Amino acid sequence: MVLVPVVQAAVFSLYKWNGLGPMVDFRGFRNFQTLLSDEIVGKALSHNVFIALASLLVQLPLAMGLALIVSDEKFKGAVFFRTFFFLPYVLSEAITGVLWQFIYQPQFGLVKAIWTALFPGVQSPALLGDTKTVFWAILAVVMWKYFGLHMTIYVAGLQDIPKDQIEAATIDGASKARIFRSIVIPGMRVPIQLTVFFSMIGSFQVFDIVWAMGRGDPVNAAETVVTYLYKMGLQRFNIGYGGAIAVFIFLLCLLFNVLYQKVLVREDR
Amino acid sequence: MENSIKLQGRISAAFRYAACGLMLLIVAVPLYIAVTGGFKDMAQLQTDPMGLPSPSIAANYLDILTGKTGHFWRQMGNSLLVAAGTIAILLVAASFSAYALARSRFRLNGFIYGIFQLGFFFPLAVAILPLYLQMKSLGLIDKYMGVILPQVAFQLPMQVMLLRGFFKAIPLEFEEAAAIDGYGPFGFLFSIVVPLSTPILSTVAILTLIASWNNFFTPLIVLNTATKYTLPMGVMDFMSQYATGWNLILAFLTLAMIPAVIIYVLCQKYIVAGLTGGAIKG
Repeated sequence: MVLVPVVQAAVFSLYKWNGLGPMVDFRGFRNFQTLLSDEIVGKALSHNVFIALASLLVQLPLAMGLALIVSDEKFKGAVFFRTFFFLPYVLSEAITGVLWQFIYQPQFGLVKAIWTALFPGVQSPALLGDTKTVFWAILAVVMWKYFGLHMTIYVAGLQDIPKDQIEAATIDGASKARIFRSIVIPGMRVPIQLTVFFSMIGSFQVFDIVWAMGRGDPVNAAETVVTYLYKMGLQRFNIGYGGAIAVFIFLLCLLFNVLYQKVLVREDR
Repeated sequence: MENSIKLQGRISAAFRYAACGLMLLIVAVPLYIAVTGGFKDMAQLQTDPMGLPSPSIAANYLDILTGKTGHFWRQMGNSLLVAAGTIAILLVAASFSAYALARSRFRLNGFIYGIFQLGFFFPLAVAILPLYLQMKSLGLIDKYMGVILPQVAFQLPMQVMLLRGFFKAIPLEFEEAAAIDGYGPFGFLFSIVVPLSTPILSTVAILTLIASWNNFFTPLIVLNTATKYTLPMGVMDFMSQYATGWNLILAFLTLAMIPAVIIYVLCQKYIVAGLTGGAIKG
């Protein structure tokens, strides 16, 4: 059930086929040659890499910082903040995307309100209409949507760390930074691995939010590998080329999976 | 010395509230704008997106709820139907496979479980072309079943992992005792395992409900008439129809958000436990 689609996609990738009639126009590896020289594939892939980097370098540290604050039961409002921060995660990506289209809308949105307050009389920017800004605007929404999930996983992990260890270290005069480095981080190995894994795999599958905020356009400026796969395969019905992109994504994820198992999980044993 | 510690404590508390408060604003303001924006007219939306609606206009919401604009109730019904179908099939399929994986000493057990795990790490995008062609050849394009079946398939690996962990913890002695009382494996599964597992089965059902309710990808591939759309598709469709009527669009998307928020608030414990407990301890 899992491997069949990969094999099917691999078979498609060797043909030129529009999905109708028999698949007869065998092209060998021609689709892959096209793929490797396709600038849009490169651009889309770089966007996926940026999403992955932003998750690792911005989202996860932010989630960890917030988790450290709201996992403290003595902190008044901890439960409220926890509940609220998780909320974006349970909203549909499509609905989130439409909502943020409005926020970024240059005639009505929040961005316009802030812009005119700061620079009265200056035309406010159309963040989603400009090839230079559209990807970054969407990236911000991705952070907004998922930081709560990672924070929640960290909170659950932090609650499993024995409190007496931390108390003992405090009595011994260990600084907060030291406690964090020597007790919290090692105790959080599994949750951290998990969030890294989720955000890496997730970064290469981003589709819904991008689609709901302008379908990867203008002129492919926010394309991700999956939006491009969808466009090629199911909008232009170039099933062969779509299949090649699918195989490419599969190989990337497989490669990442192997690296992940080697680097992170091996250390555990 | 004591004073300086107190002062430090206060600064750190102030910092914590400042950080949480800022994040709260970042999360809440877009949601606030959507809810209030639905009560505004276009002129007010343009001049004052942040303020409270004045005058407050219920017409946008009412037009949607009475079916004058869009297909809100129809699409809500579609979302419910698809979610119910997905949950029903998934619960049965996942219970059987998880129980078999947790219990039988079948030689290929590890291998089959490995395949389930692979599904968990598997990039779903790879499947869209075969999926589309498969649904087409089965005649399921633009059919609810065409959304339900792939959703079950995509959810199965994660839910089987959750259930398997739980089933493994049920002592073997129970099964032996049940066998003496004349229960077969299916009888045991339904009369003993399932009642014992209500909490975990609820978790699975709720996680599946949320996933199905929010899913956009599968309906996008399979459905193509507005009256069959689920709500996320409905919102996108509504937006393309009322391109500049942002107050109407905000009203529609607020209404479409409400069910997910209600499910979350009511079932928060199950959701958080399912996502974290299952993942960390599983």
